[in-house]
Amino acid sequence: MEDDKKPQLISPPAAAKKDALDELDSKVKKYLRGSGADLEGVKDKKLRGQLAVREDLYGESAKAAAKTEKWLMPSEEGYLEAEGLEKTWQIKQESIVQEVDILSSRKAFDMILPDLGPYTLDYTSNGRYMAVAGRKGHLAIIDMYSMYLIKEMQVRETVRDVTFLHNELIFAAAQKKYPCIYNRDGVELHSLKEHGATLKLQFLRNHFLLASINKFGQLHYQDMTMGEMVANYRTGLGRCDVMQVNRWNAVVGLGHSCGKVTMWKPTSSAPLVKMLCHHGAITAMAFHPGGHLMATAGQERRIKLWDLRKFEVLHTYTGNAKSLEFSQKGLLAVGNGSSVQIWRDQSGDHKYSRYMSHSMVKGYQVQKVAFRAYEDVLSIGHSMGLSSILVPGSGEPNFDSWVANPFETGRQRREKEVHSLLDKLPPETIMLDPTSIGNVRPEKKKERLTKKESEAEMQAAITAAKSAPLKNKTKGRNKPSKREKKKHEGIARVKRPFLDQQLKEEQQLLKKKQRISDDPQLPKSLRKFIPKLE
Amino acid sequence: MKVKVISRSTDEFTRERSQDLQRVFRNFDPNLRTHEKATEYVRALNAAKLEKIFARPFIGAMEGHIDAVSCMAKNPNHLKGIFSGSMDGDIRLWDLATRHCVRQFPGHQGAVKGLTASTDGRILVSCGTDCSVRLWNVPAASMMGLDSSSNYSSEPMAIYVSKNAFWGVDHQWDGDHFATAGAQVDLWDYNRSEPIRSFEWGKDTVISVRFNPGEPNLLATTSRDRGIILYDLRLSSPVRKLIMQTKTNSVAWNPMEPMNFTAANEDCNCYSFDARKLDEAKCVHKDHVSAVMDIDYSPTGREFVTGSYDRTLLPRERRKHEYLEAVKKRYKHLPDVKRIVRHRHLPKPIFKAAALRRIVIDAERKKEERRRAHSTPGSRPIVSGGDELLRGVPDAVSHRNFDSAVDIDALSYSASLRLGSGRFDCNAMVARAVLPYL
Repeated sequence: MEDDKKPQLISPPAAAKKDALDELDSKVKKYLRGSGADLEGVKDKKLRGQLAVREDLYGESAKAAAKTEKWLMPSEEGYLEAEGLEKTWQIKQESIVQEVDILSSRKAFDMILPDLGPYTLDYTSNGRYMAVAGRKGHLAIIDMYSMYLIKEMQVRETVRDVTFLHNELIFAAAQKKYPCIYNRDGVELHSLKEHGATLKLQFLRNHFLLASINKFGQLHYQDMTMGEMVANYRTGLGRCDVMQVNRWNAVVGLGHSCGKVTMWKPTSSAPLVKMLCHHGAITAMAFHPGGHLMATAGQERRIKLWDLRKFEVLHTYTGNAKSLEFSQKGLLAVGNGSSVQIWRDQSGDHKYSRYMSHSMVKGYQVQKVAFRAYEDVLSIGHSMGLSSILVPGSGEPNFDSWVANPFETGRQRREKEVHSLLDKLPPETIMLDPTSIGNVRPEKKKERLTKKESEAEMQAAITAAKSAPLKNKTKGRNKPSKREKKKHEGIARVKRPFLDQQLKEEQQLLKKKQRISDDPQLPKSLRKFIPKLE
Repeated sequence: MKVKVISRSTDEFTRERSQDLQRVFRNFDPNLRTHEKATEYVRALNAAKLEKIFARPFIGAMEGHIDAVSCMAKNPNHLKGIFSGSMDGDIRLWDLATRHCVRQFPGHQGAVKGLTASTDGRILVSCGTDCSVRLWNVPAASMMGLDSSSNYSSEPMAIYVSKNAFWGVDHQWDGDHFATAGAQVDLWDYNRSEPIRSFEWGKDTVISVRFNPGEPNLLATTSRDRGIILYDLRLSSPVRKLIMQTKTNSVAWNPMEPMNFTAANEDCNCYSFDARKLDEAKCVHKDHVSAVMDIDYSPTGREFVTGSYDRTLLPRERRKHEYLEAVKKRYKHLPDVKRIVRHRHLPKPIFKAAALRRIVIDAERKKEERRRAHSTPGSRPIVSGGDELLRGVPDAVSHRNFDSAVDIDALSYSASLRLGSGRFDCNAMVARAVLPYL
């Protein structure tokens, strides 16, 4: 016992201080949002000074944010640690539920709804409300704090997908012939017939755009504030039922049956990116909230992680997936058959490995997995209803009231609606790198060759033409004189543009000289009557 | 097994009573906020638009004068009080904060043409077309707030009568002299009934006079013969005279750089001069489409305001949230934001007049070009800068700058414009002119 304690007691305070500083540095880095401007390359002295002041300001504010973190963000994220020989993925949900507090244990549940499945679901951005859609027309909204069923209805039609719009009051459901928009009371507000038989729906919160992909592989973007159809593009790759929005840049990713992944924005009719990811059809895809990572699953039993900055595969795993989802903290949920696995990036190099696993009753088929924002909860929609499991460490522990507030009151919600409408982004701001907005394109200097350089270039071209091998021609055309002539012709052809350019410049110079040497004695109006000297 | 999951009890995160404030939690993590730059850009754009929509440069009018306001003066020692004189001989002291008339100074028989207050703010000097100069005691600042009914109007401290009508008056900075403009420039002392000195250069009427804020003995006047004359009180004769192409209506010294002054000219422009080097204007400020009637500098010396016969003022007022200012500044180079921020709405008559003026200038330029083309080389020298607008300046003008909008910050300062008579609503003191440049 004493031996254990001793080294802790004599640990020098300087080292502890250094540790604290390092921790602060890493926190500051998060708030700096990337590296600063390259001031060395700026030639303008005044601009450089201004930029230096600006950079100092950014550094200060990042430092201030890092320092206030411990008061502003009191909650700590969840964790699951195994002891002894135990492994984290062997820990059963039952034992986790027994260990945690009573409020959290209520979040794990199984809802058996055998008649109208398989079920798909969607959460609001604050993670408080869940919309549930059963394939056979069952729609419901549930308040996940009080577990209160706000509205439940049967639309008597196939429902393929459901998504909340900007808040919990309105949601859209992809039904048999076209998507419909309902309010919280179950009143159908709109039917979006132009979209056609939609398979997947996604809502871009900052842009107020509803993106949908229909049976024929047509991608629609509709503005949910004015109702205007912003874009309608044919993907040309057939039926597609894998669609996911990259929340970081609002680019829509589509996974096709040919194994291709395409990425779209509403202002271009051609995809931004078209990449062949799998040999089989794509079954699921997900984007990391940081925007730099994509996970795809193919029919050929492969799950791949992609670096979206280089569009390169990082790691390939073996396995099937019906549904993939990244959590706020970067955990990856893989749903397949009747089991769900949670993967975690243990070492920080995007090498995901098994963290938790959960098996449901045999025969259940997972339809959709969705992490609940700001909570350590994963919800699973499957063929026999809904399940919810606890995944420690998946959610962001501290929410921001101005971004997404799980405890939002009606008044706050109304206020937020107005503010988010004022800040509604135009569709043009969707691009692969959203941080490039406001950047100035570097000026391209038009190079003009000096006389020496152009001379050297001409010489190089001539030597190249001289050394070029001549083809052997038929008899009579292959005489040495003919070959020599051919060679000279080739050299002349190469020289021609350079000589033309030289001639042009000389003429210009001559013209300029003549203008200067005009007779200064005569008024300008009379100069045109001077006979020209040739 | 060690396990912890996020657990929030509703009590901790909501308020207890309805009287409590809602609890606010912050997390500045950039990962929670996607599209930060795009959002900032949209906010900057909206701020620029809203600023245009809600721009209200007109703050208020002070009503009371029966006839047109002919001159104004600010009290150097008391920011709230400004004086105004009208064509019917009425002089009033106004409280800018409450926009009420605090005091009246009756006595002038004709129009009041000049008003000025001493540097300590205790004596007001007025002059007018009734050939008299009157000195008034200004009530102390503390008195101004009191009920004005008890001592509403006051008696002049002294009345000095001269032979000729006066056109303007200005008080020396840090001294007890003041100068009047009329048939000649007269220098007065408080206690003498006769001017202690008179200056004259030519026979024409002097129309305005201004003392230099840095050098109390230096003063600039403008006269009917299109001249700007500089006087040094220590010398017996004027120092410099400058003849412009057209009449200069008023001059103002820059309080922060006292060697510089700006002249408001009849030819729609203002010319900034360095008093040490009068042979060329440092800067020409163009934007008015009619004669510039009056000019005044802001105390910071960074901005000035001009009033013109085209019924416009060129002021600007900024009252926006710091954040919006910051994002606007950050995205100011983006084309949409730039276009909106730069746009100025012109009232139709001004727009038309500006177009007409452009045509006139163009025609003159063309004519000059043709004349030059048909005359012996060298006989018509090209004025450097090459713009015919600058013909009013005696010699070459080296530096031109087009300050399209002149900024002012404070009301007191805008109100201190001495507006030309008759063109504005006769009993509103701050001109009810169109304020178009916003």
